[in-house]
Amino acid sequence: MRVLSKKNIMILAGLILTFAIVYALRNFGILTSFHEITIAMVCINIILGVSLNLITGFTGQLSLGHAGFMAIGAYVCALINMELNSTFGFILGVLAGAIIAALVGVLIGIPTLRLKGDYLAIATLGMAEIIRVIFLNLEITNGAAGLNGIPRYTNWFWLFFFTVTTVVLISNFINSSHGRACISIREDEIAAESMGINTTQYKVIAFAIGAFFAGIAGALYSSYFYFLRPEIFGFLKSIDILIIVVLGGLGSITGSVIAGILIAVLTAALQSFAALRMIIYALLLIIIMLFRPQGIMGTKEITDLLNFSKRE
Amino acid sequence: MLIIDKLTRSFGGLTAVSNVSMQINKGELVGIIGPNGAGKTTLFNLLTGVYEPSSGTIKLELNGEEVNIGGLKPYNVTKAGLARTFQNIRLFKDLTVLDNVRIAMHQNVQYKLPSSFFRFNNFYQEEDKLLEEAEQLLDIFKMSHKKNELAKNLPYGEQRHLEIVRALATKPAVLLLDEPAAGMNPFETEELTNTIKWIREEFDLTVLLIEHDMSLVMEICERIFVLDYGMLIASGTPAEIRTNKRVIEAYLGEDVSNA
Ligand SMILES: Nc1ncnc2c1ncn2[C@@H]1O[C@H](COP(=O)(O)OP(=O)(O)OP(=O)(O)O)[C@@H](O)[C@H]1O
Ligand SMILES: [Mg+2]
Repeated sequence: MRVLSKKNIMILAGLILTFAIVYALRNFGILTSFHEITIAMVCINIILGVSLNLITGFTGQLSLGHAGFMAIGAYVCALINMELNSTFGFILGVLAGAIIAALVGVLIGIPTLRLKGDYLAIATLGMAEIIRVIFLNLEITNGAAGLNGIPRYTNWFWLFFFTVTTVVLISNFINSSHGRACISIREDEIAAESMGINTTQYKVIAFAIGAFFAGIAGALYSSYFYFLRPEIFGFLKSIDILIIVVLGGLGSITGSVIAGILIAVLTAALQSFAALRMIIYALLLIIIMLFRPQGIMGTKEITDLLNFSKRE
Repeated sequence: MLIIDKLTRSFGGLTAVSNVSMQINKGELVGIIGPNGAGKTTLFNLLTGVYEPSSGTIKLELNGEEVNIGGLKPYNVTKAGLARTFQNIRLFKDLTVLDNVRIAMHQNVQYKLPSSFFRFNNFYQEEDKLLEEAEQLLDIFKMSHKKNELAKNLPYGEQRHLEIVRALATKPAVLLLDEPAAGMNPFETEELTNTIKWIREEFDLTVLLIEHDMSLVMEICERIFVLDYGMLIASGTPAEIRTNKRVIEAYLGEDVSNA
């Protein structure tokens, strides 16, 4: 069985260890609620970063609207969750949020992904704003006041489960023929088309998959923080996610994981200096652009570095 | 096999391909020559769907079926059985040699999206097959040991070879080569000439070849079409083309007759 390769067994061992350590620390009361929030944000950031990386880093389509998909997942899950108030309702909410986000991704992707570069960026930005304004005006989402008292089902287990699932599934996709079709679009769209790749179709697929997982991230968020307001999912949130992708490296899953952790920790550390946060982000980006424009990892993965086996 | 009828394409005031008609038979190796800017690459771009024709038709006959490929999207043209290389090399340069080839094989991959996430059995079966076939194709140019190198790190000649391998990986019936010998020395050109002959036999291909290197064209092409200012000014066997007055004029001084 190929699934039980040496590499996969080592990864599995690492994962179990990570899960157990956090679980133990929590149960022994060593983690404060401040730590726990940071851990939740680490997981949510990783899911957001990796999913946007699929769209922007691997498929080469600059999207400034990832927070829009996150918002859809958050609101859909919260509404179902408030109605059912059970673990089943929570899981149903996560899946429904993800699927609806993906559907919206397809719907919006078909017209906008024909656009290139700056135009696409502006279109996705507009899309996220429209989604936000819709939530701001809907009765069921309670407008600007938002939703309060969302039951909390997001815990370390589900955070860990969905984060690992996201990373594994998107890595698998990237290393499949369909994933390579997406990457070829980033490399050279005309050559890709001439080699038989339906580029429009694969852009929409990448967009929808990215939206799906952003929906999951939003759902986890909504069931962790008890409340939702449309303003959480504004333009700045989309930029936050883009920073994770650029910082980690466009086209590196490992990079998005590392940057997701970094940004969550940094945000937590700077919590009481909210104004300073954006300045530090901006400085961080400038430093990266100057000294390591390809991001922390470039397009490399941890598996390339440890050289378990050449990527084939 | 390939029937081009009154094909025209203009860019603003410039008619890059003007009223060109050609018939290419199955298994033929046909050369397309002409001075710089004659419209040769534009013709390829029309055949492969990169540009839409302003007017005229392109038909592909395969296994008794006739498909109108004029104006189709490039990926549908490739699916129909036409593959090409690019004059100004368009490899996926930040990807490995192997990935370049496997991407071109994608249109024949059977496993669906779910299997790319969950890796059902057919994922492993097909990926193994892809790897094996890609290595075989790379071996045509003795390149399979370089499969993990990035395309951009290959020497120039091998980049041109990889373009050909990548086109073959789409399993075409018709192969369009746009100046495959550009920038190669006489020895390399000679080797390439032999490889093109071999490929045609081995893969049972019809080949259209744009080339400025007259020795290559005259040696391997059974028929030659000559374009000048977008118009077809002559066609015939190498011997006929060599002595054709209009061709000699078009090449003004460039000595076709001695090639
Ligand atoms: N996209 C385009 N827009 C405008 N003009 C174009 C375009 N593509 C080609 N042309 C023009 O069409 C004419 C034919 O160009 P083409 O590239 O087909 O020539 P060619 O025969 O391949 O020449 P070469 O031997 O230099 O490769 C040229 O005058 C070129 O400038
Ligand atoms: Mg040309």
